[in-house]
Amino acid sequence: MKKKLHKFSPGMCVIYACLILWAATTIYPIFWIIINAFKNKGEILSNSFALPLGDLFTTANFRTAFKRVNIFGAYRNSLIISASVAAVVVLLAGMAAFALVRYQFKLRGVLMSMIIAGMMFPVFSTIIPVLRMLQSWGILNQRELWKSMLATILPQVAGNLSFAIVVLTGYIKSLPLELEEAAFLEGCNAYQIFIKVVVPLTKPSFATVAVFSFLWSYNDLFTQMFTLRLQPHWAITRLLKELTAMEGTNYGLMAASVALVVIPVIIVYIFLQKYIIKGMTAGALKG
Amino acid sequence: MGANIYKNKKPLFFFLIPAFAFMIVFLWYPFFMNVLNSFQKIAGMGQAAKGWNEPWYLNYQTLLTDKTIWTSLKNTLIMTLVTIVFQVGIAVILAVMVDNISHGAKFFRTVYFFPIVISATALGLMFNLIFLYDKGMINQLLEMLGKETLTDWKDTGHALFTMMLPVVWQYVGFYFVILVTGLNNISQELYEVAAIDGATRWQRVRYITLPLLRNVICTCVVLAVTGALKVFDLPWVMFPKGMPLDKTFLTGTYMYYQTMETRNVDYGATIAVFIVVLGVVMSKTVNRIFREKEY
Repeated sequence: MKKKLHKFSPGMCVIYACLILWAATTIYPIFWIIINAFKNKGEILSNSFALPLGDLFTTANFRTAFKRVNIFGAYRNSLIISASVAAVVVLLAGMAAFALVRYQFKLRGVLMSMIIAGMMFPVFSTIIPVLRMLQSWGILNQRELWKSMLATILPQVAGNLSFAIVVLTGYIKSLPLELEEAAFLEGCNAYQIFIKVVVPLTKPSFATVAVFSFLWSYNDLFTQMFTLRLQPHWAITRLLKELTAMEGTNYGLMAASVALVVIPVIIVYIFLQKYIIKGMTAGALKG
Repeated sequence: MGANIYKNKKPLFFFLIPAFAFMIVFLWYPFFMNVLNSFQKIAGMGQAAKGWNEPWYLNYQTLLTDKTIWTSLKNTLIMTLVTIVFQVGIAVILAVMVDNISHGAKFFRTVYFFPIVISATALGLMFNLIFLYDKGMINQLLEMLGKETLTDWKDTGHALFTMMLPVVWQYVGFYFVILVTGLNNISQELYEVAAIDGATRWQRVRYITLPLLRNVICTCVVLAVTGALKVFDLPWVMFPKGMPLDKTFLTGTYMYYQTMETRNVDYGATIAVFIVVLGVVMSKTVNRIFREKEY
């Protein structure tokens, strides 16, 4: 019904041409970097548009990448950090959002504005005191891997909480109260209601928030620049950043590392795009 | 009835305290501490303050005379303007176009959103290769088109363009998705009535779509402004330390530079305060300009 008004016309062709043109600008550069990861440096600098077939094809860049830097280690660090951030954010924000929606209490308004204001603080304005705090707790730039990870996870969790609470309150508000009432009549207390009724119903929204926090943490270079100083502690974004400094002109290696970082994200994106797009725009639409 | 379940307020503390403890310790306390720090002497990262500055507003005095902070302010303002005009502008055009097609809307949504999920660091490296002087993608392409000299995309004349293009490019899809959601909320009947009255497609866009989309566009502009202030990764990867000649600093990258590279921690805190003030002023201004009309 909706698109009934539109028929094939020259104008339509122009529209499609423009749309496809922009689509090309988003796809082609990524495609370009991946095909060049399979060529040697000389070819990248002279013949970068050709597909890596026949003689052009080489896996040398990937072999160097795995030899030179510990890419799997960085993946593991990234996964641990980002998965922890996502899990803690979902748990804490879920609890807080439930309480803020279902309970009536005096400070509710104050707490809500605290959350909104918390979303506005740029990370630049909190990082220096946060680092001093982490230092005084003895977890900043220590030899132990878990300390560095904790030092990265804690500020990242705080940075995502406000957003997550806003999204989750919006969702929990829309849940019908009847189910909770039924559970109450069955003799459940508030904790049991939360775990047995609210959490299962909120799953789609939890997924959205988890995906958002995970990606945000995975891609966040700023915090990692401060908290992951030692090479074995580097997460994937930090590793990439340092690679440019270490191997400034080894363009093949650079292309290969970009490909190694981007390919898993592409695969995840293809499967989870619904949740990802929703998650990344949810905060904007609610605000 | 509903009120009965949640009359006992004891669980409230259990549910609220973890999240709010986190926010107080890692957001609120540091935020105010940072303002305090900007008036203090701090010898190094992670060290406690060693008393107050002499005079206490010393850092703010430095701020006023620091040429580089004004360069970075200028760049940040340009960046904001560019993101509003091009990011939101391109997104509006693409969204209206997609609203008018019958097939493939979902495909374009997926493809346009795609750059956002990729880390800005990876994109920075990618664009370094694309804009490489001798010879990246662009210069190879120009050569194939018959241009004989190589263009240095990172010299003083091109640096700002080269820095802002990837930032704009990456986030168009974000506003596109928000705008398309807004477009789907416009009742189809309006278009049908207009079509019956003989409105052309362009008139329908001009007199129905754009006015009704106004508030969504405003949201996008506000987001673009706050987003422009947060940009860090891409410029820092492509133009570390404000190269060439401090020309490419943004407020965020300059704050990082002062804090970590020159170890001027308390001055870094001052720049952070400056960024907050700038953010408040800019979003208030944008709200005032764009929120006047209500439909």
